Amino acid sequence: MVSIKDRAEKAVNKQAAIGADIDLNEYEAADVKAHEHIDSLDDLTKSDKDTLTSVGMMTDEEDRSASFLQMDQSEVFVNNMFPGVEVMGTAQALEKYDWLPDYMWKAVQVDADKYTATTELGAKSGYFIRSLPGTKLELPIQACMYIGDDSVRQTAHNIIIAEEGSEINIITGCSTAAHVDNAAHIGVSEFYLKKNSKITFTMVHNWAREVDVRPRTGVIMDDNSTYISNYILTKPVRNLQAYPTAYANGQNTKVFFQSILAGKYDSVIDQGSRTVLNGINSQSEMITRAISEDESKIITRGDLHGKAHEAKGHLECMGLILSDESKIYSIPELRGDCTDMELSHEAAVGKIAEAEIQYLMARGLTEDEAASMIVRGFLDIDIKGLPEELAKETKNIMDLSMEGM
Amino acid sequence: MLLEISDLEVEVEGKKILNGVNLKIAEGETHVLLGPNGAGKSTLFMTILGFPKYEVTKGKIIYKGQDITSLETHERIALGLGVTFQNPPAIRGVKLKDLLKIVDKNEYESNDELDEEVIKLGERLKLNEQFLNRDVNLGFSGGEVKRSELLQLLAQQPDFIMFDEPDSGVDIENVELISKEIINLLDQENDNSKKGGLLITHLGYILRFVNATHAHVLIDGKITRTGDPEEIMSDIRKSGFGEA
Repeated sequence: MVSIKDRAEKAVNKQAAIGADIDLNEYEAADVKAHEHIDSLDDLTKSDKDTLTSVGMMTDEEDRSASFLQMDQSEVFVNNMFPGVEVMGTAQALEKYDWLPDYMWKAVQVDADKYTATTELGAKSGYFIRSLPGTKLELPIQACMYIGDDSVRQTAHNIIIAEEGSEINIITGCSTAAHVDNAAHIGVSEFYLKKNSKITFTMVHNWAREVDVRPRTGVIMDDNSTYISNYILTKPVRNLQAYPTAYANGQNTKVFFQSILAGKYDSVIDQGSRTVLNGINSQSEMITRAISEDESKIITRGDLHGKAHEAKGHLECMGLILSDESKIYSIPELRGDCTDMELSHEAAVGKIAEAEIQYLMARGLTEDEAASMIVRGFLDIDIKGLPEELAKETKNIMDLSMEGM
Repeated sequence: MLLEISDLEVEVEGKKILNGVNLKIAEGETHVLLGPNGAGKSTLFMTILGFPKYEVTKGKIIYKGQDITSLETHERIALGLGVTFQNPPAIRGVKLKDLLKIVDKNEYESNDELDEEVIKLGERLKLNEQFLNRDVNLGFSGGEVKRSELLQLLAQQPDFIMFDEPDSGVDIENVELISKEIINLLDQENDNSKKGGLLITHLGYILRFVNATHAHVLIDGKITRTGDPEEIMSDIRKSGFGEA
């Protein structure tokens, strides 16, 4: 049998199926020991703390159940505050659990492309989150991938396991430090949801104008499990391509993908979501709202693959084009492999309707105020599946992220 | 004089729609604007509001003694103009309640107090708090749209109000409710009302409840007849706009 390492080595120059081919040699692989551990998130500089807060990482750790912070390639902070959930670096988890390799590269293929291969071959980093059977924790776990230096190539291999009957909420923020312009981030995330478990995963990206980003995400779901993903990208980036895929293998599984994308300057954003409905009565709803400004280009993809009876899926993508130099391409795909399943999609791309602007102007708003209200409203999708308090907080994080729009 | 329009000519995308409109509305008066489809009634409203697409090529609009012909829409609204739309657009993600709170320019001690006020206004139009938390006009029924429009004016309290078909698509019970609030907004029960109104209606049914002081017939961008609303309505019912 070919080893994982061999497969990775063979794929190390393999171009991804979609997205621009990033030359990873332009960036330096950072040393895992480049940054020292800190005792408290409070020890960070004010600028770093502000950046973390803007992506939902609370440095006072209030209303959080655990924290994880990776700076460049170094794990700098881990704090577990509640029993029932284990958070640690992936490297440490591999030492602790000899069964963990069974969860590596099962939801994402190691030889999918050069990004997955590079993650395997590089220094082990990333986080491991596991909720023990029956744990139901409302307070979210927070994790952050932080790039603190220019030209850094950051990789992370994250493993998230929700054991049977457990329910957790994860808020993850990814960001570059205020002074960093140029970097690459590759984040492999593999989620495993056991029977009757639930994960809500809210991810805020806050990169800089010269940052290339290649997240690679797979989600494997057993019976009656629920996976909810809220993804928010409202800050500039050079080139981002991601196509997270949920394998709804179990019966009665539920998947929600919601993405809010704002393209600025010359950002290229190619963001999709895919659900493979393998389980009887599995369901998926995928919603994307995208706005394009300046010379940005956004491609939103959606792929629903119905392979089991009573499977249901709906895909919705709405795009608002705010400048003539920007583009939004929407590519929805529906694939049905059996009878007795139901897939649908709805997509619309356009500009802000003049009638809406005029309506708000007739209520006393200026043209700019009206446009801004419409754009914010357009991006304001209901957060599904979160407890009320957390939904409110997620909204706040979104609002914070949209500030200045 | 509250509103004085003289010799107004308006083009929309190069096409002349209004062709020398003259109209004077004093405080305490409510005028009805009648006319066939395409006569220019809504264009007159949009021009008074100052929407960019409606280009004034001749004439003037004077409001409370001030020439507002070249003012921006929000400036006119700040001076006290208000409007209810016939078919307003839905605005996704913008809650009616939040819009009401922006429109209400009164001073409140706290956000909670403003919340309460807005909820109270909603109750007057039988629109409960749950309804106020819906996206503006999204999936509203015909009657709900009309009531929501009036609700926004209740929060705004303008001095000169244009109503574009406030009674179309509304059942009888709600016409009475809507009429009551129009009377209220125009302060019609006060002999010294400082408010004025201009109302477009097709059916005229609302005039059984709302007291109109004058009526005008607009045909092909020109006012062809002005007079007593009942007389004019009755003529129109008998022989259409041609004879009126």
